Amino acid sequence: MPPIEAFEPDRFELFEPPFYRFEITRRQAIGTLAAGWLVTAWVADAQDQPSGERVEARIHLGDDGIFTVFSGKVEEGQGPRTELAMAAAEELGVPLERVRVVLCDTSRTPDDGITAGSRTTPGTVPAVRRAAAAARGWLSREKRLIENPRLREPGEWTILGKGRWRTDAREIVTGAHRFPSDIALEGMLYGCVLRPPAYGARLESVDVEAGKKAGAAAAVRDGDFAGCAARTSYEARRALEAMAATARWSGGQKHSHTNLFEHLRATAKEKVPPLGGRTHSAEYRTAYIQHAPMEPRAAVAEWKDGRLTVWTGTSNPFSVRAELARAFGLRAEEVRVIVPDFGGGFGGKHTGEAALEAARLAKEAGRPVKVRWTREEEFRWAYFRPAALIDAEAVLEGGRIRAWQFTNYNSGAAGLQTPYAIPDRREKYVPADPPLRQGSYRTLAATANHFAREAFMDELAAAAGADPLDFRLAHLENDRIRAVLLAACEKFGWRERRRQKRAAHRGIGLACGTEKNSVVAACVEVEVDPKAKAVRLVEIVEAFECGAILNPWNTRSQVEGCILMGLGAALREEILFDNGRVLNARFSQYRVPRFRDLPDRLEVILLDRKDLPSAGAGETPIVAVAPAMANAIFDATGARPRSLPLRW
Amino acid sequence: MAVFRFTVNGEPREVDTFPDRPLLEVLREDLNLTGTKFGCGEGQCRACTVLMDGAPALSCITPVRAAAGRRITTIEGLARGGELHPVQRAFAEEGAMQCGYCTPGMVLRTVALLERTPSPTRAQILEALQGSLCRCCGYPRIVAAVEFAARLRRSGSAASGEVLHAAD
Repeated sequence: MPPIEAFEPDRFELFEPPFYRFEITRRQAIGTLAAGWLVTAWVADAQDQPSGERVEARIHLGDDGIFTVFSGKVEEGQGPRTELAMAAAEELGVPLERVRVVLCDTSRTPDDGITAGSRTTPGTVPAVRRAAAAARGWLSREKRLIENPRLREPGEWTILGKGRWRTDAREIVTGAHRFPSDIALEGMLYGCVLRPPAYGARLESVDVEAGKKAGAAAAVRDGDFAGCAARTSYEARRALEAMAATARWSGGQKHSHTNLFEHLRATAKEKVPPLGGRTHSAEYRTAYIQHAPMEPRAAVAEWKDGRLTVWTGTSNPFSVRAELARAFGLRAEEVRVIVPDFGGGFGGKHTGEAALEAARLAKEAGRPVKVRWTREEEFRWAYFRPAALIDAEAVLEGGRIRAWQFTNYNSGAAGLQTPYAIPDRREKYVPADPPLRQGSYRTLAATANHFAREAFMDELAAAAGADPLDFRLAHLENDRIRAVLLAACEKFGWRERRRQKRAAHRGIGLACGTEKNSVVAACVEVEVDPKAKAVRLVEIVEAFECGAILNPWNTRSQVEGCILMGLGAALREEILFDNGRVLNARFSQYRVPRFRDLPDRLEVILLDRKDLPSAGAGETPIVAVAPAMANAIFDATGARPRSLPLRW
Repeated sequence: MAVFRFTVNGEPREVDTFPDRPLLEVLREDLNLTGTKFGCGEGQCRACTVLMDGAPALSCITPVRAAAGRRITTIEGLARGGELHPVQRAFAEEGAMQCGYCTPGMVLRTVALLERTPSPTRAQILEALQGSLCRCCGYPRIVAAVEFAARLRRSGSAASGEVLHAAD
């Protein structure tokens, strides 16, 4: 079995260009770092840790017998808070109730890097387990750390591998948990930011006094940034409206979604020549979509003695700290970023826009300021999942694929490489000039690449006169993908149902794939409305395998959530824009999945491979639903949808 | 500016503010009740749901003047003396949350649904919650929680409806 490729950071994981460049002169820092709660250091195998990891602040035992685990990872609904508590409790040999988890606070927790790429499970969990296993010795009579501790095998697990819901569920259901947008400080003002009329427009002039006259306690213009803050959100909005009425802008992009794909092709950094010979080919397109987490970007910023503290919802806190330090001419240790568990990200909160804005306004006001984006701002000014233009080409010989060429323009390299055994493979990611601000997303480009690849595999199966399942199996040497594919097909009844005549306007389809060291396969039945050219997901059976499962309840939840989020991108989600301005920046115009989109049957099969290392589960399960539905639409109609959202 | 009086979670409250300010912002900014969430500002996601005289209301598009004289229940007012309301218990025990930001609105919608329809069918649950968005798409677990809450409520392990009438 060929090894599944290890995770490599996609370029979109790394950086987005800064949102603003503030023109502020560097101020001398005063005093030393006041914050910082140095905790007991307990790790024996520090040399084995990845470089840069501050493992000394990993675990603390309090006088009350409570263990506190510190991690720079963040909780945004994917489950690290509970998972890390389980990991520590398992190796410490204590009940889960005796473990608390402190997540990202740059002054208190280790820098565990960005929370992305499904890396918490394979990266941070083992680090926490090693620290906890070392600390276990402290509980013994010898009271000493264990050098090179042995981690418990899955067969010995009493806490890991068992289902748990969020350890802080009570705070959530009572409304007691303070999300970033809920943080309130004494004397805090509410801030609003002036937005340009189009992407790339420059602020020529604005009258900040107009904002003050209209009730703002502070108003500022700094380069392209302008905003105000007031005692209430209501007064801040009114003051901003008064400022906006005086603003003059210049320039701005002219792009439109109607010529998006022509634009991507025209601006491609490289032209990939066709394979030549007797080939099958198809072009696939995926739209720009927005993450639209339920909690928009939010931050509270407070300056004290030249030092800055920010509470915000971001998956990349240490990078946001660097962004803030750069913007305000501070040293990193003069900036503290605290990340309360926040309301969803899906790869969309790797940046610190709201933090910068709140900090700039707070500096002007001399008081703490909260900035919480509106839904419209979140749709317009947050970065997008990139649109993709994908050329797929293949040569069939004797019912097998001999040559394969697959080019992704603009959206990225994640999931680009086919898991199928093909002698001649040419896969390439070619950047283009993106008309919108784009960045990461759940599995990055793997959604687009799986959509195109698995839809094209179906086209090739049909050309070869083969059943979609048999055609895939004939090219699949990866045992893990084969196992999930067969598991899904068996539960779904693929072979019997292929033989049976489908009900009117019904079709079945399947898709499979791998990403971030986990594997997935889905079988679906859809119902199409031929007049409206609309489709409904009637049934889905999805099998998923991510090595040894750490928390089966959360894994199942993540798979279900991924399926339904992927359904949204398949059915309707699409950012429309014209003259550099998003046209559908509302939930009433950008339909995300709702309760009635639930299929009649949604079945998740988890294959638990205790013999394999644990991989993350919050991303890969999203990739299969869209291509499976495209293939089911072909089964129902004979037409091939080649775009997301699905159109034919 | 004008003075408005209403009860929140059984307590009489008085605010001196702008009449067309959204109730959501008065609750969050003036009364420090941040359990009620902003999601969209146009009544499209229902994260801002509160109960007004027992019926669900969208606090993000309800001006504070429309709340005058009304009984408002927010998520903070559901638990009694540390004991969770059956709907809260059901959401916690069924794991009906991922990020949890939509949970307060979902819980209050469910409280109102079960008052009206103690034994809802699956179709009735989907209908009642159709407008409530969960971007984590945890819909299957939320449906399970609503069904569990209905069972809890019927079994009488907690007195049903007490919250809705507590402020009377």
